[in-house]
Amino acid sequence: MAAIVELKDIAATFPGAAQPVFADIDMAVERGEFVIVVGASGAGKSTLLRVIAGLLEPSAGHIAHDIEKRPDRREIAMVFQEARLMPWRKVADNVALGLEGLDVSKSERDRRIADALRLVGLADFGDRWAHELSGGQRQRVGIARGLAVDPDLLLMDEPFGALDAITRQTLQDELLRIWNETGKSILFVTHDIDEAVYLGDRVLLLGGAPARIVRNYEVGAPRPRSREGEEVGRVGAQVKADLSSLFDQGGGI
Amino acid sequence: MTRRSVLGAGGLLAFLLLWEAIARSGLIEATLLPAPSRLPATFFSEVSLGFWHAMVFASLNHYLIGLVSGSVLGVIVGGSVALFPTVDATQSWLARLLRPIPPLAWIPFAIIWFGISETAAAFIIAIGVFWINYFTAYAAVRAVDPDLVELAASFGHRSLGARLRKVILPAAAPGILSGLRAGLGQGWMTVVAAELFGITGIGQRMNEAAGLLATEVVIVYMLTIALLYGVSDMIFVAVQNRVLRWQR
Ligand SMILES: Nc1ncnc2c1ncn2[C@@H]1O[C@H](COP(=O)(O)OP(=O)(O)OP(=O)(O)O)[C@@H](O)[C@H]1O
Ligand SMILES: [Mg+2]
Repeated sequence: MAAIVELKDIAATFPGAAQPVFADIDMAVERGEFVIVVGASGAGKSTLLRVIAGLLEPSAGHIAHDIEKRPDRREIAMVFQEARLMPWRKVADNVALGLEGLDVSKSERDRRIADALRLVGLADFGDRWAHELSGGQRQRVGIARGLAVDPDLLLMDEPFGALDAITRQTLQDELLRIWNETGKSILFVTHDIDEAVYLGDRVLLLGGAPARIVRNYEVGAPRPRSREGEEVGRVGAQVKADLSSLFDQGGGI
Repeated sequence: MTRRSVLGAGGLLAFLLLWEAIARSGLIEATLLPAPSRLPATFFSEVSLGFWHAMVFASLNHYLIGLVSGSVLGVIVGGSVALFPTVDATQSWLARLLRPIPPLAWIPFAIIWFGISETAAAFIIAIGVFWINYFTAYAAVRAVDPDLVELAASFGHRSLGARLRKVILPAAAPGILSGLRAGLGQGWMTVVAAELFGITGIGQRMNEAAGLLATEVVIVYMLTIALLYGVSDMIFVAVQNRVLRWQR
């Protein structure tokens, strides 16, 4: 396996800030791997995704992508923490955003939009305005928008944060199915440790100030997994324990 | 008819009746306040003499040229200033210097540069309309949500053209359109003032009539302006609602 993205000694500093948000970040996502990032609020998880997506210049370090460019798909797609829908576009046109500029025919485009909306349970919502959706529905449109461009690397920032438990579980399983079938690489941020250990091959714990990757957990459980599986439970308990001791050390609020 | 429109029509009718009553009572001289019942006849005579459409046509001509050039320039300059910090910094003192000068203060120069001409009137109108659009377009573009710009960039729309098309123009459209609408009104105000200096049009005809104390003619043209403004604003709002139908 070759890394689809590799970070070497990456740091990010916002203008005017005394210290970097994070520093000395060394990590890689292997091709086809499902990697989770957890960490306290404000630790720098969203910032890390923005650096990987090329939306923010790192203040130090080097980042290498190894993704073949193809005219009909995007190499990287981001599902933002907030829905970020364009209010002047209908739902379907919001999903189409990343397809504009790709070499896909009109019919292929419509098919991909319909597929993506169906996956997130919004098949009949394409013709609505963004403000006619609930918060969770808006978040799901953001997920559909990321899936529609069929990316090699999918960056997801707490994509299921605003969803009820049942919808969340359904979408987790849908995401696992897509991942399984397409061999995409996924980097996924969440606050939900159960979700992290159910989904991920590995879990990275981001913490400290400036933040570093404090620990890397391998979730060895074979797939398909059970949410109550022993290995999943063991790693989950470990992550929870480390998170709270990090919090006690002042890494949190 | 709704209760609101019944009351509105009633209020207007009451105003006209009161006006008619005062005019007929003889309390005020007829030249100072002509009765509204005399207006239709005056209007038809202006039309049959050919003045009315000639003047309306001339004014509309100045108005449209001034409005379009002032709006286009105002939106482009205001928008560019908002987009490019260097342009913003370079023009900021200049804008502060020129902005407070009322459009009508440009009349002497307009006449020196362009003579008593259509161009002079259009120029004065354009100045007023320019500043309104400059400021609203500036504010509208500045207010565009940077998260949406980042979103578009993350899906490959990074060039200035793509950013403008995918995010900035649609996001700033409500603000820009409200500026265009305000300019539409401002334009009608300056058109008449500009023509008072002898440029053919409604304002000039009003000035002429006032000199002869033909006050009913003045009122006919005052109402003409109200009508033209009302119609153009109505058309604009219809277009605006269509363009912004995504707003709740
Ligand atoms: N645009 C910005 N300018 C300055 N500081 C920022 C900016 N964005 C984020 N920060 C700061 O960087 C730090 C990391 O923010 P980030 O959004 O990456 O956190 P996070 O781990 O995603 O948190 P959460 O779990 O709450 O989403 C925070 O302290 C935040 O205040
Ligand atoms: Mg975040």
